[in-house]
Amino acid sequence: MSGCHSKQCGLGSDDLSFLPEDIRRKVENHPCYSQEAHHFYARMHVAVAPACNIQCNYCNRKYDCANESRPGVVSELLTPEEAAKKVLAVAMEIPQLTVVGIAGPGDPLANPERTFRTFELIKEKAPDIKLCLSTNGLVLDKYINKIKDLEIDHVTITINAVSVDTASKIYPWIFYNHRRYRDKEAAKILLEKQYEGLQACVENGILVKVNTVFVPEINGEEIPELSKKVRSMGAFLHNIMPYVEGEGTAFSKAGIRPPTPQELKEMQEKCEGNMNLMRHCRQCRADAIGLLGEDRGQEFTKDKLSKININYDPNWRKQIHEEIEKEREKLRKARELLFGETENEGPKVLVAVASKGNMLVNEHFGTAKEFLIYEVSAKGAKFIHHRKVTPYCHGSISCLEGENILEDTIAKLSDCKAIIAAKIGFEPRDVLKQRNIDCVDEFAYLSIDEALARYYKKYVLKEEVPVGTNGG
Amino acid sequence: MPYSIKKDLCISCYACEDQCPTKAISHNEEGEFFIDPTVCVECEGFYEEPQCLAICPIDGCIVKLSEVEEV
Repeated sequence: MSGCHSKQCGLGSDDLSFLPEDIRRKVENHPCYSQEAHHFYARMHVAVAPACNIQCNYCNRKYDCANESRPGVVSELLTPEEAAKKVLAVAMEIPQLTVVGIAGPGDPLANPERTFRTFELIKEKAPDIKLCLSTNGLVLDKYINKIKDLEIDHVTITINAVSVDTASKIYPWIFYNHRRYRDKEAAKILLEKQYEGLQACVENGILVKVNTVFVPEINGEEIPELSKKVRSMGAFLHNIMPYVEGEGTAFSKAGIRPPTPQELKEMQEKCEGNMNLMRHCRQCRADAIGLLGEDRGQEFTKDKLSKININYDPNWRKQIHEEIEKEREKLRKARELLFGETENEGPKVLVAVASKGNMLVNEHFGTAKEFLIYEVSAKGAKFIHHRKVTPYCHGSISCLEGENILEDTIAKLSDCKAIIAAKIGFEPRDVLKQRNIDCVDEFAYLSIDEALARYYKKYVLKEEVPVGTNGG
Repeated sequence: MPYSIKKDLCISCYACEDQCPTKAISHNEEGEFFIDPTVCVECEGFYEEPQCLAICPIDGCIVKLSEVEEV
């Protein structure tokens, strides 16, 4: 691989042109593998795999709350037949859907029959949908041929350690070859099998994303080495995710804390030189549906599915995807014009953007559930990560509670120079101004890249920007 | 002495049912799992340890039937 990587170029997109054609085709409309694609295309997980073969100290399988969003959690278990039906229904209701994954709520490969039956049914009825699998890797090498036969092109392996010592702090036991192994013996087997599984995927041309749960006190020191190792073994993408505190987990009981957003950013920067890093992961539930930032799972419960008539139409879906691609191409061209070539990088600033998809500034400050954080310089805008917040506006008359929520949101965005949203109300505007954060809603409904470029030129470089050059 | 599943602790994850070599474990539509004491052989003659107990993610969920009866 040579030439220009997107991040070195500094453009806001993940320019995939450096990839070989076959790989580029596999990832260009995959919301998890392509940062740009996640603004346009949706994914869904089907919860068909309840059993697990390992215990992780950050996981508590008992807990399932519909308001919670994290891996391992699910509201409604499906049979393979129900899952396939749900996929077809969602694919027609949300035509942006390109990817179906099985991620649990246990481990897909600890449920081989349910998992592979589901994939077979989907492949048969909707061959245009990409298939994904997310596993702890313990028995991955055993099923590699099955994965290849079903053309499951994307496999995610969660690997949290390099050393047995560290792994044994995360995994108290595993179930392997009909035995329960504990402590270091378990950690040793699991690590060996995870790296063997990674190797087997790479050898068979399957794209691998490695997920690592970043728990500062436990594996923080080891992650840069882990990142180097998986890269050298041929992993396509490394996703360093913050540990999410879950009620009743061993880590939670022991008072182990999650990383701060700043710690996460530093860790990602430390590892970035090594490989493609995924920065836009939303750590979705094992039954999540929609664009990455949203979860429309509640619209497709078993109860509601039984009343839906499905006429799966791949041609209609294809047309919609072609329209999306035209829009993407337009935005890409606009981006090149906006940032262009410049010698002087200018100061780097962090900017928070409110968006609910299609790569547009189309969300209000008060209703945003998350902000996308970009690092902007004169050379371009680089996506850093998202930060979840509690929406400040509930539409209720009393805003007393809102004040605390606003404080919490501002604390989370305190290192940002500006907030760009489709609309920012008077009240938060006053508070934000006092904190020296620019409130910008004049770029409403422009593309995120155009809004960032215009903001940078007008507010940071204080240049005059002509109106309506592009972005249409 | 066969094993039994404590209903209040079970999370209905199917792991035990999948592993049971004698198919002693089954579930109903509500997702409640049961071990048939006349079929459970504690995996004797099959594996070194009872498979349901070895894979169950919840401590204390699968116990000897005698322990349930005592309570």
